[in-house]
Amino acid sequence: MSSLTRDKETEPVIWHPVEEEGHGHGGGATLIGFWIYLMSDALIFAALFATFGVLSTNYAGGPQPKEIFDLPLVALNTGLLLISSITFGFAMLEMQANRIGGTRLWLIITALFGVGFIGIELYEFSHLIAEGAGPQRSAFLSAFFTLVGTHGLHVTFGLIWIVVLLVQIAQRGLIVENQRRLICLSMFWHFLDIIWIGVFTFVYLLGVLR
Amino acid sequence: MNDALLKTIFGRLTWESFPLHEPILLVTFIVVILLGAGIVGAVTYFRLWGWLWRDWFTSVDHKKIGIMYIILGIIMLLRGFADALMMRAQQAMAFGANEGYLPSHHYDQICTAHGTLMIFFVAIPLVVGIVNFVMPLQIGARDVAFPFLNNLSFWLTVAGALLVMVSLFVGEFAKTGWLSYAPLAGIEYSPDTGVDYYLWALQIAGIGTTLSGINMVATIIKMRAPGMTMMKMPVFVWTALCSNVLVVAIFPALTVAFMLLMLDRYVGTNFFTNDLGGNPMMYWNLVWIWGHPEVYVLILPVFGIYSEVTSTFTGKRLFGYSSMVYATVVITILSYIVWLHHFFTMGSGASVNSFFGIATMVISIPTGAKIFNWLFTMYRGQIRYDLPMMWVIAFMLTFVVGGMTGVLLAVPPADFVLHNSLFLVAHFHNVIIGGVVFGLFAGIIYWFPKAFGFHLDPTWGKVGFWGWVIGYWIAWTPIYIVGLMGVPRRVNYIEDASLQPYFIVAAIGALIILVGILGFVMSIVMGIVKRDKLRDVTGDPWNGRTLEWSTASPPPAYNFAFTPMIHDLDAWYDMKSRGYERPVEGYRPIHMPRNTGAGVILSALALVFGFAMIWYIWWLAAVALLGLFIVAIGHTFNYNRDYYIPSEDVMQIESQRLQALKSAGA
Repeated sequence: MSSLTRDKETEPVIWHPVEEEGHGHGGGATLIGFWIYLMSDALIFAALFATFGVLSTNYAGGPQPKEIFDLPLVALNTGLLLISSITFGFAMLEMQANRIGGTRLWLIITALFGVGFIGIELYEFSHLIAEGAGPQRSAFLSAFFTLVGTHGLHVTFGLIWIVVLLVQIAQRGLIVENQRRLICLSMFWHFLDIIWIGVFTFVYLLGVLR
Repeated sequence: MNDALLKTIFGRLTWESFPLHEPILLVTFIVVILLGAGIVGAVTYFRLWGWLWRDWFTSVDHKKIGIMYIILGIIMLLRGFADALMMRAQQAMAFGANEGYLPSHHYDQICTAHGTLMIFFVAIPLVVGIVNFVMPLQIGARDVAFPFLNNLSFWLTVAGALLVMVSLFVGEFAKTGWLSYAPLAGIEYSPDTGVDYYLWALQIAGIGTTLSGINMVATIIKMRAPGMTMMKMPVFVWTALCSNVLVVAIFPALTVAFMLLMLDRYVGTNFFTNDLGGNPMMYWNLVWIWGHPEVYVLILPVFGIYSEVTSTFTGKRLFGYSSMVYATVVITILSYIVWLHHFFTMGSGASVNSFFGIATMVISIPTGAKIFNWLFTMYRGQIRYDLPMMWVIAFMLTFVVGGMTGVLLAVPPADFVLHNSLFLVAHFHNVIIGGVVFGLFAGIIYWFPKAFGFHLDPTWGKVGFWGWVIGYWIAWTPIYIVGLMGVPRRVNYIEDASLQPYFIVAAIGALIILVGILGFVMSIVMGIVKRDKLRDVTGDPWNGRTLEWSTASPPPAYNFAFTPMIHDLDAWYDMKSRGYERPVEGYRPIHMPRNTGAGVILSALALVFGFAMIWYIWWLAAVALLGLFIVAIGHTFNYNRDYYIPSEDVMQIESQRLQALKSAGA
C-alpha cells in the first residue's frame, strides 16, 4: 500500500475534472492523425526509393538515364511544383485572415500549377513509352515509372481534393471543419513537394551523372 | 454471343472457373450455401436486419467494432483450422505408395490459405478487436480519435476475408505459400487467379489495418483521461501503442511489395522477374520488413493482456512496470532490424548475417525480462487460478520453449541446416499458438464479462483450455523432431514411411486441439444459455485494477458518464482503495459520433473492385472504382457527424446502474 501513503489522505481527491461543454473528441487529433498518415505514406515512398536504389542500374541492355532524361523539362516541372507550394502557403495566409475569396483564388492558382506539373509528367511518360523506354523494358524503367508515377498519382489526388474543398468552401465558408481540412491538404501538398525534391535529386540528377 | 463479347463482359470468368468437378469443394460449397441460407433466413424471419444494420454494421462505437472484429476472427479461425486438419490428415496418410487424398494443387492452396487466413484474418482481427474494445476504456476515453475510420477499417478487413472465401468456389486461391514469394508468384509461374485473389484480399485488408493503426496511435496520444501521463498508462495501452506504431511503420512496406508484384502481374513490369533486370530477392526483403515486425504487432498487445491478467489475478501491482514499458519499446525497435534472418541462405555474406543473427538473439533479452516480471508479480501474490490465469501459466511454459528454438534458429550456421524445415514450422507455431493464441483466449475470457455482462461458461472453458494445451504439445512435438531430422516444409507427400508415426501423432494432436476449439465455442454457447446464472452486475467481476472495470458491464455507449481523473497507475484500484464514491448528480449532455453506412458501402465497392480486377472484368473494375470515389467524396460533404446524448438519458442510464449495484450489495 505504499502507493497510497504518497498522497496526503486528508486532502480531498478530485476523481472527475470539470468537463467543458462539447468535450469528447480531442481537438488536434485529426492533425496528429494526418501527420501519422503522412509518415506511413513517407514509408511507402521510402520503400519505392529503396527499390529504385536496388534496381536503378539494371538497364537490361535498354536505355540509360543519360539517354532518356530531359533535364530542362524536369527542371521546369520541379519549378512548377515548388511554386505551387508557395501559392498554397498564400492560400493558408488568406484562410487565417478569414478571406474566402482570397483563399479560393490561391487554391485555384495552386491547382493550375499542379495541373501543369501533371501535364508535363504525362508528356514525359508518353514520350518515353513512344521511344520504347516503357516500364516493361527493364527493371530500372519499372522502378522509375513506379516511383515517379506514384508521386504523380498523389499529386492527382491532391488536385481532386483541392477541387472538392473549393466546392465545400463555397458552400459553407471557412468553418472550423473546412479550415482543418485545408490544414491537412496543405501538409499533404508540402509533403509531396519534399518527396519530389528527393525524386529530382536521386532519380534525375544522380541518374544523369551515372 | 461471340467469345470476344463474353470476354469483355466476364473477363476470364467462365463455367470452368467453378470447381464443380472437385467433390471436396462441391460439398464444402453446398454446406456453406446451406449454412448461409440458414443464417440469412433466420435473420430475416426474426426481422433482425434493421437492428443489425442500425446497431452494429453502421456503428462507430469502438466497443461494437471491437466485438465484430473478434467475431470475424473466430469465424475465420474455424475455416483456418479446417485447413489445418485437412493438411494434418493428408500428411498422416501420404507415405510410400499412398499419395493421400489431396492432389498437390489443392494441398498447396490449403497450405497457403491456412497461413494467410490465420495471420491476416484470425490473429490480426482478434488483436485489433481486443485493442479496439479495451484500450479506449482503459484510457478513460469515450471513443477512438476517428470513429468512422474505425468502422471503415473493420469492413475493409471483412472485404479482404470475403475475397479469400470467394476463392474457394470461384477460381482458385494462391498455391504459393502464405507470403507468395516471387518469382513463383509472378505471372510466368502462377498465371491463374490464385495469386491475384491473394494480393487483392491482403491489399484491401491491409489498408484497413493501416488506417486502424493510425487511428489507435492518435487515440492513445490525444485522448487519455486527464492525469494519465505516459508512465501511468496501463501496460496493455503501452503495448497497444507500440504495436500500432509498428503497424503504421511496416504495412507500407507490404503495400509496396504487393503493389510491385501486382504491377509485374498486370502491367508486365520487371521488379521481381528472372529476366530484364528484375530482382526477386527484393520482394523477400520488402515482404519480411513487414513480416517480422508483424509477429510483434501480434504478440506485443498479447503481452499486455498477460500483464493485465497476471496483475489482476495475483492481486498485486505489476512487478517492474517501467522495465515492462522499456522492454516493450526495445522490442518494438529491435523487431524492425531483424527481418533478414528469414533468409540467411540468400547469401548476403557473413557480416550481414552476423548482424541480423545477433540482433535477433538480442530480442530475447527484453522478452526474457518480461517473463521474469510476470514470475515476480506472481511471487508472493494471492494467485487465483481462474481461466485467464491458467492461460497465462500455459503460455509461460509453452512460449519459453518457442523462444529458445527461435534463438537457436537465429544462429546463421544452424539456420542453414534448419532453413525451410518443419523445425521452423514447429517454432513459429510454438510462439504463435503458445504466445498469441493462448493470450487471445486469456483476453477474450477476461474481458468477455465486461463486453456482455456475463461470464463465459467456465467448465467448457476448461475443456477448451486443456484441449488446446495438450493438443498443442502432442501436435507439435513430433513436428519439431522430424524437422530436426530434416523433413522439409510445404510438402504433401513423404517417401520414407518410417516417418509416418510422427505425423499420425501430430494429426491426433490436431484433433485434440479441435476438442479445444469446440470447448471454447461451447463455452460461448453455454455462457449465453446460462447467462442469468453467470451474470455480473458489479462491472468488476475479477476485482480488476484498470479503468475499464469502473464502468458498467456492458458499458454504456458513452463509456464514462464523467471523465475520470487519473492519480496513479492502476487507476481503478487506486479509486477503490481510497474510497471513491460514484457521483449521483450533475450529469451533462455527452458529445458522441453518429453512425454511418459509408464504411460498409465503401468496403463493398472495394470488394467488387478487387473481384473485377482478379477476373480481368475491366468495365466492372472501372465502375467500382468510380463508385469508390463518389461515395468517399460524397461522405466528406456530410458535416452532420455527431450528436449529444441528453443529460436526462445519461442520468437515467446511470441511476439504473446505481440501483443494480445497490441491489447486488456492491
